[in-house]
Amino acid sequence: MDTILFIIFAVIAIVCGLSLVLQKHPISSALSLIGVMGSLAVLYWLLGAEFLAAAQLIVYAGAVMVLFVFVIMLLNAGSEKASRKSWFAQIAGLPLIMAFVAVMSFLIVAYLPPSRLVEFGNFAQGTARQIGVALFTEYLLPFEMTSVLILIAIVGAVVLARKEID
Amino acid sequence: MAFIVISLIKIAIVMGVFMTTLAYLQWIERKVLSHIQLRVGPRRAGPHGLLQPLADTLKLLTKEDLMPSHVNRFFYLLAPGIAITLCLLSIAVVPFGPEISIFGVRTQMQITDLNIGVLFVLAITSVGVYGIALGGWASNNKYALLGGLRSSAQMISYELPMALAIVAPLLLLNTLSFREMVNGQGGYSLGFLPRWSVFQGPWPQIFGFIIYLIAAFAETNRIPFDLPEAENELVAGYHTEYSSMKFAAFFMAEYANMTTVCCIATLLYLGGWQPLFPAPASNFVPVIILLGAAALAFYHGLHPARKWDNITLPVVGVVALIAAALFFVPVLNTILIPAFWFVSKVGFLLFVFIWVRGTLPRFRYDQLMRFAWGFLFPCALANLLITGFLVASSSR
Repeated sequence: MDTILFIIFAVIAIVCGLSLVLQKHPISSALSLIGVMGSLAVLYWLLGAEFLAAAQLIVYAGAVMVLFVFVIMLLNAGSEKASRKSWFAQIAGLPLIMAFVAVMSFLIVAYLPPSRLVEFGNFAQGTARQIGVALFTEYLLPFEMTSVLILIAIVGAVVLARKEID
Repeated sequence: MAFIVISLIKIAIVMGVFMTTLAYLQWIERKVLSHIQLRVGPRRAGPHGLLQPLADTLKLLTKEDLMPSHVNRFFYLLAPGIAITLCLLSIAVVPFGPEISIFGVRTQMQITDLNIGVLFVLAITSVGVYGIALGGWASNNKYALLGGLRSSAQMISYELPMALAIVAPLLLLNTLSFREMVNGQGGYSLGFLPRWSVFQGPWPQIFGFIIYLIAAFAETNRIPFDLPEAENELVAGYHTEYSSMKFAAFFMAEYANMTTVCCIATLLYLGGWQPLFPAPASNFVPVIILLGAAALAFYHGLHPARKWDNITLPVVGVVALIAAALFFVPVLNTILIPAFWFVSKVGFLLFVFIWVRGTLPRFRYDQLMRFAWGFLFPCALANLLITGFLVASSSR
C-alpha cells in the first residue's frame, strides 16, 4: 500500500516538476510548483514526518505560493515568448547535461557513505512534540538565528514599503 | 480488511449526512433570512418549502452549461473542482462523538483520528483559496479577476488571526488531535460549569473564540466580509462566468466551508460532544425537547388553525415520539446523545452565521484590511501571549 502510494505521488511530483519548467504561462508554472509541494508533503507523511508534511502544505503551498499566484494575477503576466536558442546551447546542451548528471551520480556513489534503505512510517521523530523539543534544545541557536533573520526581513520590507508610499 | 470495510461505512454515513446538511442548510438560511426580513421564504415546493433543495438541484442540473469564449479552459474547469474537493476533505478529521462499540466492533465516531488534526485542517483551508483565485483569474473577466484578487488578499490576511486564535486553546489542552482535545474539555469545575476551553482556566478562551468566529466569517467569504462576491460592485465576483453545476460547486463549497468552520469552533472552544451539564441529567435533554415538540404538535392538531392541520400535525407528533423513543435504545443512545450535543452546538453556530448575514451590512475593502491587521491581529497576539504566560506559570 505504502509503495503504491509512493510511486503514485513520486510520479506526480516528477510530472509537476517537468511541467513547471516546460509550461509557457507563469500561472501554470506556479500551479505545477504547488503540485510538486503537495506531493512532497504526501511523501513526508508516508515516511512518518507528519508535522513536516502539514508545515510544508501550510507554509509553502498555502502561504508562499498564494503570494506568487496573487502577484502573477495582479500583474496579469502573459505567456513567455520562446527565445531563440544560441547555437552553443543547441549543440552542446544535451551532452553537457548528461555529463553533469553522470559526474554527480559518480560522486554520490563513490564518496557518500552507504546508507540503509528508508522504510515507510519508520521515522519516529516526526510528531509536533518531538520537533518542538528538538528545536528548543538541540537546534536552539539556528532556530533563534532564523527568527532574527526573519525579523530583519520584516523590518526591511516595512522600510521599503514606507519609502514607496512617501 | 475489517478496517477498510468499517472506514468505507463511516465515510458513506458521514458523506450522506454532510451532503444532506449542505442541501438543507441553504433552505434553513433562506427561511431564517426571510423571517428576519418579515417574509415567509420558500413555500411552494413541498410542505414549508421542504423540497426546495431538491428542486434547486434539479434546476442547476438541467441548466445550460455555458463555456464562455476566451477563458483559460483547463483552469476554468479545474477551479470548481479544487474548491469542492478541498472543502469536503477537512470533515474527515472531525470527531462527532466518543469511541463506541456496535455489535462488538469498537470504532470511533470519526473517519480518521490524525494526531495533527488541527494542522491538517489549517493546511486544507490555506490551500482552499486557490479554487476561488483560479476561478476568478481563468474566467477572463475583470469582475471575476477583481473578486479572485480580493479573496486571496482577504484570506491571507484573516488566516493569521485565525491561526493565532487556534493556537491559544491548543496551549490549554496540550494536544493537536481533535479527539484528545475534546476529552481534555470533559468534566465540570464547581460541579456545574463545563470545562470547555471558553470557560476553562487559567485563561478562558472567550476572546479567542470571538476572534476565531470573526476570522471564520472572512475565511468563508460570508457577510459582512463577502467582498469577493460583492454583487453591487462586482456582479457576482469570482463566479460571475460560472453556470450550472460548476456554479453549484462553488455554492456548495461555501456552505461546506461554513459547516467545517463551525465544527472546528465547536471542537476547539465549545467542548465538542461534552454536554452542557453533568451526565445523568443531561442525557434527558434531547428526549424532553422531542416530547415537548410532540405535545405542541398534538395540541395544535386538536385545535386546527388551517385545513389539513388535524392530519399533518399529529403525524409530526408521532414522528417526534418515535425519535424520542430511539434515545432509550441501549446501543443507539451511546451514539445519539453525544451526536445530539455536537450537532446542537454546530447548529447554533451556523444559526449565528445566518443571523449575522441578516443583520450586518458589508464592510468597505480598506476597512476590512485595517480591521484585520490593525485590530484583530494584535488582539489575537495579546490573547496568545496571556494564555502562554498563564499556562506556563500555572503548570509550575
